[in-house]
Amino acid sequence: MNRIFLAAAALCFTAAPASSQAIAIVGGDVYTADGTPIRGGTVVIENGRITAVGANVAIPAGARRIDATGKWVTPGLIESSTTLGITEVSSIDESNDQEIEDVTSRRDTDDQVQAAFTVTEGLNPRSMVVPIVRILGVTTAVTRPSGSLISGQGAMIDLAGNRVEDMTVVSPIGMYASLGENARGTVGGPRAALSMRLREVLEDARAYARNRQSFERGETRDFSVSRLDMEALQPVLAGREPLVVEAHRASDIQLALRIAREYNLRLIITGGTEAWMVAQELAQARVPVLVKVLNNLPGSFESLGATYENAARLRRAGVQVAITSGETWRAYTIRQEAGNAVAYGLPWAEAFRAVTLYPAQIWGVADRYGSLEVGKVGNVVVWSGDPLELLTQVEHVIIRGVEMPLVSRETQLRDRYMNLDENARSYPRP
Amino acid sequence: MKRALCALALGAATAACSQGQARPADSPPAPQSVPRPADPVPATYRPVPAQPPHIRGGTVMTAAGQIIPNGQVLMVDGKIAAVGETVQAPANAVVVDATGKWVTPGVIDTHSHLGVYASPGVQAHSDGNEATGPNTAEVWAEHSLWPQDPGFVRALEGGVTSMQILPGSANLFGGRSVTIKNVPSRTVQGMKFPGAPYGLKMACGENPKRVYGNRGGPSTRMGNVAGYRSAWIRAADYRRRYDDWDRNGRKPGDMPARDLELETLAGVLRGEILVHNHCYRADEMAQMIDIAREFGYRIRSFHHGVEAYKVRDLMARDSIAGSLWADWGGFKMEALDFTRANLAMLHQAGGIAIVHSDDPTGIQKLNQEAAKAVEAGREMGIMVSENDALRWFTANPAWALGIQDKVGTLEPGKQADVVIWSHNPFSVYARADRVYIDGALLFDRFDPSRQPKTDFEVGLFPAEAVR
Repeated sequence: MNRIFLAAAALCFTAAPASSQAIAIVGGDVYTADGTPIRGGTVVIENGRITAVGANVAIPAGARRIDATGKWVTPGLIESSTTLGITEVSSIDESNDQEIEDVTSRRDTDDQVQAAFTVTEGLNPRSMVVPIVRILGVTTAVTRPSGSLISGQGAMIDLAGNRVEDMTVVSPIGMYASLGENARGTVGGPRAALSMRLREVLEDARAYARNRQSFERGETRDFSVSRLDMEALQPVLAGREPLVVEAHRASDIQLALRIAREYNLRLIITGGTEAWMVAQELAQARVPVLVKVLNNLPGSFESLGATYENAARLRRAGVQVAITSGETWRAYTIRQEAGNAVAYGLPWAEAFRAVTLYPAQIWGVADRYGSLEVGKVGNVVVWSGDPLELLTQVEHVIIRGVEMPLVSRETQLRDRYMNLDENARSYPRP
Repeated sequence: MKRALCALALGAATAACSQGQARPADSPPAPQSVPRPADPVPATYRPVPAQPPHIRGGTVMTAAGQIIPNGQVLMVDGKIAAVGETVQAPANAVVVDATGKWVTPGVIDTHSHLGVYASPGVQAHSDGNEATGPNTAEVWAEHSLWPQDPGFVRALEGGVTSMQILPGSANLFGGRSVTIKNVPSRTVQGMKFPGAPYGLKMACGENPKRVYGNRGGPSTRMGNVAGYRSAWIRAADYRRRYDDWDRNGRKPGDMPARDLELETLAGVLRGEILVHNHCYRADEMAQMIDIAREFGYRIRSFHHGVEAYKVRDLMARDSIAGSLWADWGGFKMEALDFTRANLAMLHQAGGIAIVHSDDPTGIQKLNQEAAKAVEAGREMGIMVSENDALRWFTANPAWALGIQDKVGTLEPGKQADVVIWSHNPFSVYARADRVYIDGALLFDRFDPSRQPKTDFEVGLFPAEAVR
């Protein structure tokens, strides 16, 4: 199953829209995210890819020019934790596809582990939420499952396209698990039960892989999770797919580090409210953290150490950080999160990279995403000014080389009510 | 202040009002014609005495129409004494250099649940919804409020000097709100904003029918409306009985039986308690406006009003404020039609636009929420001035809470609630450097001795753990 998705991802990747017109963004200040800004630079996008970046580059014949004089040109922002494409209205169950909640038809021992569940086939490329987010500068997102001890697998998508294959960047992008208070219910309470169960599942998946043939013949001991789950965990055990663990309390993060070390897993911490308290250990283990910046309340007993300076302190200790909003409809507030990280001690260039280059590196797609470099995917945004400032306006959004109309349900409702006259609204002139 | 408190005490004798205060605890109760204190929860907050702060050199944004580059603000005895390019300061004034900074009135939030849904958000702290019946007009938020909620201090760090604490939205009538000054205190009484009127929380739509749908109702929006109207009929009758008693000389033996629920509702009908109505959808707001007209009360502010832009003309016509979010929406059916332009569109229609939080994090960044809403307006060609956008989280919420003559702008005579910002407050990089409440420096970002902590945050970690 995983292999099929990987194949699909690879396919869609070579299938960037070949017919799209070349675009040349000229005269803007180009913030590439991997080097110093280029004043009055040009970015050329052809066949879905960036083909030139610099101060003096030739503009291909027939390219559409976008005058960005006085504007900022940046890579599209990457949001690392959303349910975009799998949620429409969060309170309406039928429009939510991020979590397996009804476990009545499953075996008792399965309810904590949904490793084989991958969000990809539930993705709706025509989600009304996607345009709401992308017109504000977010071009790529990791959409993730939730619930249980092991929630399943997420996908990285570009926010354009009519088929799942057309938007998928990588699927699955990571295996999601929780050592947080939100997972307590699935194991009946204590933290050590979460880790005990997580270890049991990893042990079973390992033993299964060693004895696949015996398993098929029914000659192995009973395993505590399903065959599909154990299959899904193989790339995680092999270190090819990251285990993304939600953990907030410092000791819970240390527990995740311990398990990752024991099983030689590629670990990413998401949430990480108290990560700053164990920054040295995270840096030594080279484990990155996905940080929601606007999180400074002791909202629970696992987040007593919450501080707006989390991102800055982690970075200072050498931990790689991606900034996330954790939102879906408001995923575009990622720029507000990054701006606040600056206000609380993170250098601007680091905050900017924490929503562009660093998430691309953390998710293993920096060869194609995260900066304005020749050969990378043509996800580019033109802003009226500093993208982290809230008064800055988005002027152009280009995804895979195609300019997106700056229209969403939210702007259409706005426009529909510019005139309060009932007739004009209900029967607009075409 | 005393007059306002007396006014609040429904049908109370004037004598009771003066006797309700400052009576030594050990003396026997004085005989009263009406066996009811003027104010059951009297405010004990008193401004912290301070030498007169004299702010010089910053960009002063008064929220009353003026933006003064290199301006000055003088606070004396807890009040704004002078604002201008230069002011005459007394000899004992303390000069505060605000060169390169911005000076505004304190931030005011019309919609907070700090203290009633305190951090940490454990079940034991869930004190905001008396979800035991759809009409709990008899409950008062101040009886739930925990002054040690760390969220108060976080809000102070975000420049918030006053806020309304509301009951939740499970009920048609959620109960009385309380308006507080954001000052450290052991008691609710020590935070209560002296002289601020009470509010009544009402809620439309999905929440009441969801909570009571399987518990005897209401289970529909029409059931919600029947619930409001039935209550107002009883409240009008209750008010009439007290008016008759009043007219007939307030004979103690004839005093109508007290009813806490109807006391609050009758207070609304008398115009003494302000209605704060949680309502998302345009059609429901129009219904609530008609209900208010039917029973002769006014709605002071709709809250959340995700579809306010659709009825912005009705809200402007009746002077009903809109306490709105910059960009929350989509999370339930009645929030589906959100637009980021909501605040700007209400503002442009002449409505009273307010950016509110309903959130312990959002309350810390109301200036940023306003900035996002300003930007959304610009996208459609509505240019909101800095002064007007500043009013969205200062003067306009002050009006909605009925404290507009006391706070909300930097004008002489008003209470000296002042914020000094590191940057223009509409910048994401702006932080509140200093926050004054009634002229006292209650927060200073650069002075650890001026950074309050709640009891809850004391000793949470062993000392060696957080080095």
